[in-house]
Amino acid sequence: MEKLVKTEEVVKRPPLIPLQNKRNGKPKSRKWLQPQENIPHRLYIGISISSIVLLFAVWSLLTYSGMVDPLFLPTPTEIIHSGVILFTEFGFINDISITIYRVLAGFTIAVIIGLPLGILMGTFKVVEAFFEPVISSIRYMPASAFIPLFILWIGVGELEKITIIFVGTFFSLVLMTAVEVANVRRELLEAAYTLGRSNFGVLRSVILPASIPGIMEIIRLILGWAWSYIIVAELVASSSGIGSLILESQRMLKTGNIIFGILTIGVLGLLSDLILKVSIRKMFPWHYGR
Amino acid sequence: MKAMMNAKVEIDNVTKIYSGNKKNSQVLALDTTSLKIMPNEFITILGPSGCGKSTLLRVVGGLEEQTTGHVYLDGEEVFGPSSNRGMVFQAYSLFPWLTVEENIEFGLKNNGMTAAQRKEVVHTYIELVRLNGFEKHYPKQLSGGMQQRVAIARALANDPEILLLDEPFGALDNQTRTLMQELLLEIWEKSNKTILFITHDVEESIFLANRVIVMTSRPGRIKADIPIDLEHPRPYNIKVSPRFLEYKEQLTELIREESLKAMMEVK
Ligand SMILES: Nc1ncnc2c1ncn2[C@@H]1O[C@H](COP(=O)(O)OP(=O)(O)O)[C@@H](O)[C@H]1O
Ligand SMILES: [Mg+2]
Repeated sequence: MEKLVKTEEVVKRPPLIPLQNKRNGKPKSRKWLQPQENIPHRLYIGISISSIVLLFAVWSLLTYSGMVDPLFLPTPTEIIHSGVILFTEFGFINDISITIYRVLAGFTIAVIIGLPLGILMGTFKVVEAFFEPVISSIRYMPASAFIPLFILWIGVGELEKITIIFVGTFFSLVLMTAVEVANVRRELLEAAYTLGRSNFGVLRSVILPASIPGIMEIIRLILGWAWSYIIVAELVASSSGIGSLILESQRMLKTGNIIFGILTIGVLGLLSDLILKVSIRKMFPWHYGR
Repeated sequence: MKAMMNAKVEIDNVTKIYSGNKKNSQVLALDTTSLKIMPNEFITILGPSGCGKSTLLRVVGGLEEQTTGHVYLDGEEVFGPSSNRGMVFQAYSLFPWLTVEENIEFGLKNNGMTAAQRKEVVHTYIELVRLNGFEKHYPKQLSGGMQQRVAIARALANDPEILLLDEPFGALDNQTRTLMQELLLEIWEKSNKTILFITHDVEESIFLANRVIVMTSRPGRIKADIPIDLEHPRPYNIKVSPRFLEYKEQLTELIREESLKAMMEVK
């Protein structure tokens, strides 16, 4: 009985995509209005490109036409020109290198200390109970607010910049890693125990490999934050680095340089993200895709 | 006393109370339960869901500590999990970062075998569960049925004294499930392992077992212990034989009473 009713329902059910086939001979016309429905790949790419083109066009129109004072917003050519001058005459490459160095140094130290701590916190409740309260409360204090304090304590040298990156990334890294590790499926641990593994063996051969892809994604995310922390640090007190160049350019009203500096940071962040993204996918084929 | 010496596994007056976070949120999941499992037996435990089947199995496997009572393996009390009691879970218990053969090899790594010996054992069990050609696949690339075959092979490769399975085919579609039952039965007939298998499916419990233990609804207790006298090897079409249907009727009646009780229990 029940089955019969069900079959009828199936037959009567209207097509999943309304207004599609057989209706006024307008197939697919409203597909882009359908929530979450995919659109053709080429169309997608086309729309994406057009948004960038549009932005560029508006910018060009505003600047080349003279509608906007070049002091506020220079033309694209002027910005490219500023970039060339920065590289050829002002040794911009050194600023870029010093900024990259600070980010990598601070972040590497955060990872070297933070990962093991996070893994231990996610694995052992005793460790979690001990560190959680302190770390979670510091986590919500913005690293940039610490800058004056650090300057007071350790001056305005490299150590201060590295410390800011460290403070800005370490605490979140620890807590997010701990959560990732604590979320390893219980069945996996239990399976390992019944296959003869000890507590330590389970940590090494189950918890670590199971959580590594997630941890790498966390590293990727937090490295993104490090780029904004370093600029803040360099804006506040520095005589080198991209941030200091941006500040100096503002004093000298060189808007082109400011914008070029901002673009450079964006490219650096994008590049580091892309490199990590691609290598993570390469490293853990079992986790991504088939 | 003598019988106790012979039992492969003896569950002796085991109870389990889960104590929740709050003071009075205790759950009596398993009421006093005793059971002797003889060597080479294939026992299925049948009960409505939530009656404490998993709890019982996990106590035997050492993954859950009983509140009172004892579990003996070959006459010796066991505490905690160990490779002498292999376990197969309902689903998703394979290590996703390891290939099929690495999963099966996982337990062999800590019992002093050489790589060559391990390879041979892995090969044997891949043959046994008919996964030749899938050695290098990751769990993600396998169907649910294949994943469970790997899980069974992985547990068996360690040569456990008893194999514990917790509704291992519960997440599979009907056709696959039937084939898996046949495969497991065939493995048991060949290897004469001792098996404790949990299910809420009446047909499955009869088809596989030489003894079906029926449990009451929560708190779980043993309600009936029914020897299944059907021939071996068992063809799949035994499920429509008169004897099988008799068992089915008897067990359906028993389990129905308990399911009704469980359903009436207002939660
Ligand atoms: N870790 C736990 N904490 C508290 N209660 C639990 C826990 N595990 C199971 N239970 C309770 O114990 C009872 C029996 O559970 P379980 O053994 O999983 O039953 P079954 O496997 O027969 O479905 C259920 O009522 C369940 O809610
Ligand atoms: Mg269960």
